[in-house]
Amino acid sequence: MQIDFLNEARRQAEICNACRYCEGYCSVFPALHRERAFSDGDLTQLANLCHNCRGCYYACQYTAPHEFDLNLPKILAEVRQESWKDHAWPRGFAELFDRSGVLLATGLVLGFALMFVLAQTLRPESGAGFYAYMSHNLMVAVFAPAFLLPLLAIAISLRGYWRTVGGGSLRLGDLWEATKSAGRMKNLTGGHGDGCNFEDEDRFSQARRHFHQAVLYGFLLCFGATSAGTLMHYLLGMEAPYGFFSLPKLLGVPGGILLCIGTAGLAWLKTKADRNLGAPKAWGGEMAFVLLLFFIGLSGLVLYAATGTTAVGWLLPLHLGAVLSFFLLTPYSKMAHGFYRMAALTREASVSRPAPVQALAADTERANRT
Amino acid sequence: MQSDPDIVVIGGGNAALCAAITAAEAGARVLILETAPKPYRGGNSRHTRNFRCMHSGPLGPLVESYSEEEYFADLMKVTDGKTDEHLARLAIRSSEECLPWMEEHGVRFQPSLSGTLSLARTNAFFLGGGKSLVNAYYRTAAGLGVEVLYEAAVTHLELDGDLVTRVDYTHEGAAKSVAPKSVVVASGGFQADTDWLARAWGPAAKNFLIRGTPYNRGIVLADLLEQGIGQVGDPTQCHAVAIDGRAPKFDGGIVTRLDCVPFSIVVNKDAERFYDEGEDVWPKRYAIWGRLVAAQPDQVGYVIIDAKSLELFMPSVFPPIKADTLEGLAEKMELPPESLRATVDEFNAACGDTSGFHPTELDGVSTTGLTPPKTNWARPITEPPFYGYSLRTGVTFTYLGLKVDETAQCSVGDRPVRNLWAAGETMAGSILGQGYLAGFGMTIGTVFGRIAGKEAAAHAN
Repeated sequence: MQIDFLNEARRQAEICNACRYCEGYCSVFPALHRERAFSDGDLTQLANLCHNCRGCYYACQYTAPHEFDLNLPKILAEVRQESWKDHAWPRGFAELFDRSGVLLATGLVLGFALMFVLAQTLRPESGAGFYAYMSHNLMVAVFAPAFLLPLLAIAISLRGYWRTVGGGSLRLGDLWEATKSAGRMKNLTGGHGDGCNFEDEDRFSQARRHFHQAVLYGFLLCFGATSAGTLMHYLLGMEAPYGFFSLPKLLGVPGGILLCIGTAGLAWLKTKADRNLGAPKAWGGEMAFVLLLFFIGLSGLVLYAATGTTAVGWLLPLHLGAVLSFFLLTPYSKMAHGFYRMAALTREASVSRPAPVQALAADTERANRT
Repeated sequence: MQSDPDIVVIGGGNAALCAAITAAEAGARVLILETAPKPYRGGNSRHTRNFRCMHSGPLGPLVESYSEEEYFADLMKVTDGKTDEHLARLAIRSSEECLPWMEEHGVRFQPSLSGTLSLARTNAFFLGGGKSLVNAYYRTAAGLGVEVLYEAAVTHLELDGDLVTRVDYTHEGAAKSVAPKSVVVASGGFQADTDWLARAWGPAAKNFLIRGTPYNRGIVLADLLEQGIGQVGDPTQCHAVAIDGRAPKFDGGIVTRLDCVPFSIVVNKDAERFYDEGEDVWPKRYAIWGRLVAAQPDQVGYVIIDAKSLELFMPSVFPPIKADTLEGLAEKMELPPESLRATVDEFNAACGDTSGFHPTELDGVSTTGLTPPKTNWARPITEPPFYGYSLRTGVTFTYLGLKVDETAQCSVGDRPVRNLWAAGETMAGSILGQGYLAGFGMTIGTVFGRIAGKEAAAHAN
């Protein structure tokens, strides 16, 4: 971690801790107010709890040009980005985060190329639907390791994160709390339910929260579709292509549509929002990631629409190349945020059950300050 | 705005915005002249955090009830009876309808946390603090067509008998004038003009820090008072607290507050104690320490605590000065080391049984035979490392202001100025002669801002 970022985050957190006006916006502030001094681990945890809703920035009386120069969303974004690099596995891949935009583009090109080559040279002699272009076994041979290796990398990274933030034994109840929070995007509600500040300065809106939920649920539906297809193939012996009234399609089509709407919305919001309230260096990589997800959703839908036409011959490698890039880059791109966020929310759930007496004292203290 | 607006509101904080919104909703065309640049808009309201509100049952974030009588009694306690009862009761009674109005106009409150009856009952806290309230009101005002000019400094109101005929201001380097039908003054006190403070207080005031906006320079207030507009309040009265001496000259706000005095000894620059640090719980005493420190040489005080007290109070923005010995601490704080040692030794020797020490209530753990005594929380300062903070007087607002009646209208001689109203800090002296009750400034601003807006619009329409 760059010491500058941590020290700056510490400076800002100490000012926030002396003010406490933002208490109700999100999970960051109750967590921050529990501490008197901030270790590197504390700051890393706060950074990963922050959903960059920006409510605290626009409400802050100490932002520039004030000499205290607070910009908590920005410094927490910097620390967050650095923390992912710190915990990346293998270590040597950490720098990929800084270049993930370029990397995604390169990955895509290589992925496409690989798929085309495989599709052309190893074209099966028989097979229906997609398998007319690429055999099932070949797809599995490529995608199984491309899926499992990144998952392993993420798991190792998360274990390191958990140690850094001082997490204890994992409790299912805490994981459930984290899941509920992420499922509702509670930390993007602004505390009052009006949403967050993003695309239009201090105006509260649900746009970002809803687009993000479209992406989240769209992605999960697509993932469910793939899983259903896999199970149907291996357990039930039912091979693709599947008709519309089958689980893979019933999940995948709405999933793909949600994914397209959500990612297009997020990309559009991102162009409206103030870049200086995030990690400026990460902007390009984040945008590339959002667009990649959009491309995956769109190419998947188009591929389904093109079933039975010769267009499948080039659409399939495009789609699969994008999916392959996405999987491989999961531990080193914006996609990692989902995993770290879940870990941070779980950690927060495990420590955020205040004794009633403490809550009382803290509140009386707060109210008496003028 | 093509032609002159119906109403000019001078100032851009809570009271100004409440007036502008109310007037705009009544159909008036409103222009706000805010002297601060946009990032600093909102005057002292940016630094506020709550609204004290009467209520007969649970209301918004507030639990139980808070009656007019109880509210008024709380006010009388802090002002020592120097209160205009008629206007104070008007503000208190109206506060109840204000809270839903505030929510309708975009203000959001912190949900009351469990087990916090004492303050979740009397004060509603703004989610995000005063600047978020200000932001919400500017959004609402913009939606109503209110025009806002930032960095628009009003220099003069032309008074013709009992009518304001013209408002002069500067904007973008040019002198401009506007002739509205009604004018609302909501531009705060004069505390940021340290020359004025020094005239009222003496040269000591030059060493005061100003906790809030640097833009409350009282230019409009002075202009109106010079023209004989009704005045109220004592120029020497201001709300002043003891804050961290390292705070910026202006705009340090809440984070520069220090809450460690009850667990400390406080000395002046000669390392001598000068007041009972444990007289009462801090929330009831912190406001007098502004004046106590102001009366010391160079208007500075030094808080000394030891390791066992470090975590008994809210952290503040600057870390304490720290040393392993008292002499070392004295050197770092530029205090005479031998004198500090002698003062601490004398204090320590006067401490008795400390087993009854209780940080959050009056524990009666006091010194014996010491002048001045420390009557609660008196524990010897013995455990290194030792910590120190410097203290200076931090002025929150001044009380000298415009006298208004129950319609927020200003007067000249013995008659009302037909088209001039005032709201917020600039007229708070009409209600409070001295002292302060947390959250009451926002009550005055909201209540009288709305009244002023309504009256100004009725006159203009």
